[in-house]
Amino acid sequence: MDLSTLTDPIFRLPLAVGLLLACVLPLLGALLMLRDEWLAALGFAHLAAAGALLGLAVGLPALLGGIAAAAGGAVTKGAGRISGNAAYGFMILTGWAMLLLVAANSGHGEQLGQALVEGQLYFAGPMDLGGAILLVLICTVTLPWLMPRLLRARLLPQHEVANRLPSRRWHLGFDLLVAGGMAVATASVGLMAAFALVLVPAWIAFRVATGWRWTLIWSAAVGVLCYLVGFAAALLLDQPFGPTVVLVLLAAALGSVKLKTS
Amino acid sequence: MPLHQHADARRPQALLEVDGLVAGWAQPVVGPLSFALTEGEVVGLWGANGSGKSTLLAAIAGSARRFAGRVHRVPGLALAVQPQMPVRFAPLPVTGRELLAVAGADASNAANAGTVPQSLARLLPQRLDRLSGGQHQLLCVWAALAGSGRLVLLDEPTNNLDPTHTALLAELLAARAADRAVLLVSHERAFLDAHCTRVLELVSNQERDGTPTALAATHGSEHAH
Repeated sequence: MDLSTLTDPIFRLPLAVGLLLACVLPLLGALLMLRDEWLAALGFAHLAAAGALLGLAVGLPALLGGIAAAAGGAVTKGAGRISGNAAYGFMILTGWAMLLLVAANSGHGEQLGQALVEGQLYFAGPMDLGGAILLVLICTVTLPWLMPRLLRARLLPQHEVANRLPSRRWHLGFDLLVAGGMAVATASVGLMAAFALVLVPAWIAFRVATGWRWTLIWSAAVGVLCYLVGFAAALLLDQPFGPTVVLVLLAAALGSVKLKTS
Repeated sequence: MPLHQHADARRPQALLEVDGLVAGWAQPVVGPLSFALTEGEVVGLWGANGSGKSTLLAAIAGSARRFAGRVHRVPGLALAVQPQMPVRFAPLPVTGRELLAVAGADASNAANAGTVPQSLARLLPQRLDRLSGGQHQLLCVWAALAGSGRLVLLDEPTNNLDPTHTALLAELLAARAADRAVLLVSHERAFLDAHCTRVLELVSNQERDGTPTALAATHGSEHAH
């Protein structure tokens, strides 16, 4: 085990990209859990992966292709006024089928497709960093405005219709935010690691937090801590990042269950 | 023939005017109905199961279909709606205090400074998914009554309440009804008679002539609040 790899400058940029995502994805996860639409993360991630690969096949940056495909899924869902996890189930199936078909029919596609699924954080570049910073900035600006509205939609479901509020705008806005977030995350940390960073910290927080504010704090804290442990473990043990961080998150979930029942 | 009650010209401005409303879902369930609600009124809506009480509330709130007539609200009027069975999610890490904040029923609303009843105040730090059914119901009713809505629609707020909580519900109504209008559906006639300004009674005409439920009678209450 070589501890010096942890301080190697070559990993600083990937570490920063992942850290930014680990702050934001769990917050989006908490809101998705609130709406009982946590499967959205996996749906948008699949579409983003397929879009990224399709983008590469036609000469576009993977990030742009991913964002376009995931945003297209969000707009389609909004236009069709579809809610609930069924819509995201269809997104998963669509993304998965497209991903494999594009991979099978483009040069190096299979290899790139595999990289998107497993994650390629250590190869993250300035574009990934820019995407992550942009995501954090957008979340910083929009979430304080969106969150009370999303909470109200969940807690007082008749309020929007009774008061003729233009709620479709902010529901679509949130869907687009999640789509963009998953596209950025899928391109760097990989499909399943991005999904795990959305789902698991929020799942833990929903069990242990004493209120909504603490849910957000718990989500972000668990996400960041598990990410850092996973990042270090993957480097030190020379393992792929994606599955390592997923295992760390699962261990944290198991620990929270044990803690709760003891 | 339905009896129609029209807004009294001497009363304050009506917040809500319902005129010849026929409402339902796939087909008409209730109407034609005409009545008005003014500020400070707590109006009970009573009728047998299936008479269309909840449908009428849903039509006013815009979620049921209006087949005829009109529902006129004062421009800019905000509504608060408390459904018959508030949906309870688990897990839901949201406290009572956060629910009131979302509903605009917290201290940030100047009218609410220090007004949360003591019996509800102790529930505020608790997660909603850890409250009993009655406690949750009362908190939701308070969120509606003390929130931003000046027209409050309460559908069966007495459901699941024991006598102690029912008495508390009456206190909540009395505490907040002065500056808003409340339309309250209940199948508990004694509660309506005791705590409402007047009671509207819905009678089903389905068996008699096949027409939807109509507003059959209204009753004033001398001892409201």
